[in-house]
Amino acid sequence: MSPVLAGVLQLLALIAALALAYRPLGDYMAKVYSSEKHHRPEKWIYKAIGANPAAEMRWPAYLRAVLAFSAVSVLFLYGLQRAQGILPGSLGFSAIDPDQAFNTAASFVANTNWQSYYGEQAMGHVVQTGGLAVQNFVSAAVGMAVAVALVRGFARSRTGELGNFWADLVRGVFRILLPISVIGAVILVACGAIQNFAGIHEVGQFLGGTQQWNGGAVASQEVIKELGTNGGGYFNANSAHPFENPTPFSNLFEIFLILLIPFALTRTFGRMVGNLRQGYAILATMATIWIGFTALMMWTEFAHHGPAFDVSGGAMEGKETRFGVGASAIFSVATTLTSTGAVNSFHSSYTGLGGGIQLLGMQLGEIAPGGVGSGLYGMLIMAIIAVFIAGLMVGRTPEYLGKKIGTREIKFAACYILITPALVLGFTAAAMALDTPANSMTNSGAHGFSEILYAYTSGANNNGSAFAGLNADTQWFNSTIGIAMLLGRFLPMVFVLALAGSLAEQKPVPETAGTLRTDKPLYTGLLVGTILIVTGLTYFPALALGPLAEGLAS
Amino acid sequence: MSTITPTRAPHEDIPTGHKPAGRVGGGLFDPKQLLKSFPDAIRKLDPRIMIKSPVMFVVLIGSVVTTVLAIKDPTDWFGWAITAWLWLTTIFANLAEAVAEGRGKAQADTLRKAKTDSVARRLTKDGKGEEQVPGAELRIGDLVVCEAGDIIPGDGDVVEGVASVDESAITGESAPVIRESGGDRSAVTGGTKVLSDRIVIKITTKPGETFIDRMIALVEGAARQKTPNEIALNILLASLTIVFLLAVVTLQPFAIYAGAEQSMIVLTALLICLIPTTIGALLSAIGIAGMDRLVQRNVLAMSGRAVEAAGDVSTLLLDKTGTITLGNRQAAEFVPVKGTTEAELADAAQLSSLADETPEGRSIVVLAKEKYGLRERHQGELSQAEWIAFTAQTRMSGVDVDGKQTRKGAAGSVITWVREQGGQVSDDADTLANKISEAGGTPLLVAVKDEKGARVLGVIHLKDVVKEGMRERFEELRRMGIKTVMITGDNPLTAKAIAEEAGVDDFLAEATPEDKMALIKREQAGGKLVAMTGDGTNDAPALAQADVGVAMNTGTSAAKEAGNMVDLDSNPTKLIEIVEIGKQLLITRGALTTFSIANDVAKYFAIIPAMFAVVHPGLDKLNIMGLASPESAILSAVIFNALIIIALVPLALKGVQYRPTSADKMLRRNIGLYGVGGLIAPFIGIKLIDLLISLIPGIG
Repeated sequence: MSPVLAGVLQLLALIAALALAYRPLGDYMAKVYSSEKHHRPEKWIYKAIGANPAAEMRWPAYLRAVLAFSAVSVLFLYGLQRAQGILPGSLGFSAIDPDQAFNTAASFVANTNWQSYYGEQAMGHVVQTGGLAVQNFVSAAVGMAVAVALVRGFARSRTGELGNFWADLVRGVFRILLPISVIGAVILVACGAIQNFAGIHEVGQFLGGTQQWNGGAVASQEVIKELGTNGGGYFNANSAHPFENPTPFSNLFEIFLILLIPFALTRTFGRMVGNLRQGYAILATMATIWIGFTALMMWTEFAHHGPAFDVSGGAMEGKETRFGVGASAIFSVATTLTSTGAVNSFHSSYTGLGGGIQLLGMQLGEIAPGGVGSGLYGMLIMAIIAVFIAGLMVGRTPEYLGKKIGTREIKFAACYILITPALVLGFTAAAMALDTPANSMTNSGAHGFSEILYAYTSGANNNGSAFAGLNADTQWFNSTIGIAMLLGRFLPMVFVLALAGSLAEQKPVPETAGTLRTDKPLYTGLLVGTILIVTGLTYFPALALGPLAEGLAS
Repeated sequence: MSTITPTRAPHEDIPTGHKPAGRVGGGLFDPKQLLKSFPDAIRKLDPRIMIKSPVMFVVLIGSVVTTVLAIKDPTDWFGWAITAWLWLTTIFANLAEAVAEGRGKAQADTLRKAKTDSVARRLTKDGKGEEQVPGAELRIGDLVVCEAGDIIPGDGDVVEGVASVDESAITGESAPVIRESGGDRSAVTGGTKVLSDRIVIKITTKPGETFIDRMIALVEGAARQKTPNEIALNILLASLTIVFLLAVVTLQPFAIYAGAEQSMIVLTALLICLIPTTIGALLSAIGIAGMDRLVQRNVLAMSGRAVEAAGDVSTLLLDKTGTITLGNRQAAEFVPVKGTTEAELADAAQLSSLADETPEGRSIVVLAKEKYGLRERHQGELSQAEWIAFTAQTRMSGVDVDGKQTRKGAAGSVITWVREQGGQVSDDADTLANKISEAGGTPLLVAVKDEKGARVLGVIHLKDVVKEGMRERFEELRRMGIKTVMITGDNPLTAKAIAEEAGVDDFLAEATPEDKMALIKREQAGGKLVAMTGDGTNDAPALAQADVGVAMNTGTSAAKEAGNMVDLDSNPTKLIEIVEIGKQLLITRGALTTFSIANDVAKYFAIIPAMFAVVHPGLDKLNIMGLASPESAILSAVIFNALIIIALVPLALKGVQYRPTSADKMLRRNIGLYGVGGLIAPFIGIKLIDLLISLIPGIG
């Protein structure tokens, strides 16, 4: 079988698997977030944290809860890393430096999982499993909670109430992420991923010398790393490491996990707003961009010229031989179009244009399908912008899902779309203008620029993948990327929740023949166009000087 | 409830705007207006005015920056060329607004002439004497006297007398109208002229706030405030401007790293090309032109918000009389009772209607002539005839001639008359009358008293005549997602029959002002926007409650005060046009926004290779237009960016072509035209400009 055909077949299998899971999972999640019942263990948690899960919150209260919970999480994770030296089960690793500890804490709480450390050389069992893995669950659940709050804003009328954050958080973890993770971990273990609390092994190598192998609760962390679109690897090599991602099947399964919830949430959305077709339209938009990007990536990675490419059938540099070009391309698009950032190949080694696809994927705002929760709310913001422009063209003031998009709504949406470009371009420009940050580059020229552009794109968009080559463990990068990750995660949430509150207060506008149909292919096409033009164009000059300059040079 | 009682025929024969397509097209655009408005455009360069449009303010700053740079390096032709075109961009934007305003100014001047300083004859407090005071000193509540030839000094209500008034100063309609105390025709407007008789007017508005003052402010655009949607769009445009500002400002460090530091002139040019200047430049012109299109149809919108709301309306409340049906019922057939022939009945009906000057009475005479060939007789032809004219009290008309008494009138009145004359009313007559009622018509009985005694001859079937073309219009409205509700004082049976014939979606029969109000509130509770027309004082609460309340100019001042639009022609059918104008305004805004944003793609393809192909030769592959040189590429993009504003001014003023159709079809068409068109057009435009520029020696 030719590598191209293999890649296409894997993509088709992936689509089929996602399609099968779409309805049951989407409906199940809608039920979870709409249910009035509380399970007993959940009640214990509510009692322990002193929360009343039945109390409805308006948007400021919901936001306060999100921010308070996340702030406590950052402090806890920072403290845990700083105390690693005196904690048991640390495999002898010492405390993490303050700037790196801040960066890592911000990274995992912001669902980014940018890693400026080497997992197997810095983090012990307690920090990995008790700190990082826990954040993998809760940071994902926070994203889902905010998305659900926005969906409630559309679904509800004449109220400012958006649900209860604590209930949404606890349910997201215990009813959605945990059960799927348990099943997923077992499957990964069956594929050969490791799951233990063993120490460090000295292993002899073929050609002499020894190598260190770490044990750890890898499979359990791996599954939530993908499912929660986190991306922080147990090992530095991330999903390219055989202990994390042993076989082509485990590879496909991990991509499936990455895309599972973000896609299925569109069904949840359709269910909760009482119009499944609206969910399908959002799904179609996400799927169009995802498949388009995957096809482009396969094309650029397979079709490159040169003797090395011809021998291996594609751009094999930086890719694992057990996955090949096709599966690596699919993985890298899935991970950059969601906010995952896990990698099974080295993004820096992709062709120039391939690197551009990865960058653009993140720069679109992680919305196709995006991170768990954050993808849906990011896409809904774009849907509002598209409706605002196109809605006028049917001769009515814009409305989406029966809610008017007026001055207040557009103000929040406009602020939302300003944040990440400001962070990405602002920090990248600062890094390029100052003397020292550029020392971290491994490469010169356009590729070196891409390294830094990639770092801030990844951080501010909460992706977390790295364009390997940049030495990001410096005070400058640890601090600025840490800030970019926190602001890139939580500032947008402020505007999303404010928007949700404003939408929930409105009375619904009934749909008539004069209403813009947002559940039709025409609108999907329009939304894709708006996303590519409004967000994509922002980065065009920067992309031209990085990946485009490199990719078009040959 | 009040029905529209036009004091003059308000274009009823030709339902206004009933042309198949492009019916809400605006006035013609005359290129000369551009020249005429040029001084205004320059005046608008004042930064305090420019800041109102954030996008154009950025262009202004860009123009100043490049000017300074060009002066610093006067030998650089490129800097001067960019500077010149950036200033032109700014001026073109102001020109668009100035032209839009200019059209209102002419109208305002005409109105001002009507506002000559009049002297009022104020009644003294004791009510006996009169004193001369300047019109500007009148206070609310003052009583003034106006006689034939006087200009009415201020807005008010007639409290005494009847007069014919020439309102052409405001409406442009030369036929005089009747104004009388009491009822729904009591309002008079300052600046209009009394033609006959004497009236006493109670002043209801302060000088300076009169209708004519407000009108002047409105058409001049002085009172123009940004509408909610315009504000929202401005916010979005401002945020896009900030995003592109970021993209350009941060580009310099990247460019320096790449070894291709850019001059401020090039960066400014890039910024101006990327920010949405096209829509930024035309946005206010579009709004002004939308109001202007209403003014051209003799409708005054008191706020732009109302025009916008008109586009959103999903329920139209239409008064039956005058809007859906012709003003009056007409005789449709003669139905004789047993033992009478149709001809006999027709003869009697005609004879008895000769003294009935109401439109209904006239229609009976016409029907007798058209259907039975009965020559119209005149009252003078019959000597010694005693005519009994129709009055609202007797509800009967007729004639006594040659010992024969003929009567025609409302069923009840005629039956009473027959009985009084000692006659019998046959069951047959009763059945026929009921049948007509059930069919939605109005039965009039015809009776006679001669040697055979008093008896009923038959029934005249009076029908409401639905205006031509209304069914199709309602069909169109339905396709646009607008529900029509017919409001009538008729009984439910009659109302239903007419509603079905006219094709409205719903009707409100035996409507009282309270019913109307309740209906509006019910629709609004369901999230719908409601538009209605009204003229009576009892319509005022409903007009105020409706999202679009169009008061008839003939109506009371209370009604005019309550509504947010006034139709100077007092033609209730215009409500449909108002909705279309509202929609057209919004579509124009959306179409040009889409066009403006879609334009950016081509500009990137022109400018980015021009900036960086020197250091990254691969980027020259992005120069898909094959532009001659970096300078000509950047200049061409800037020139295109400026010229497209002027090119689109006529579209902004006229509004995009509008056809009533479903949202889906409309979106498809507009996206194709302005979205896809907006992507492609600049590629062609920039290439053409580049071809021209490269012909200039020393550039290409």
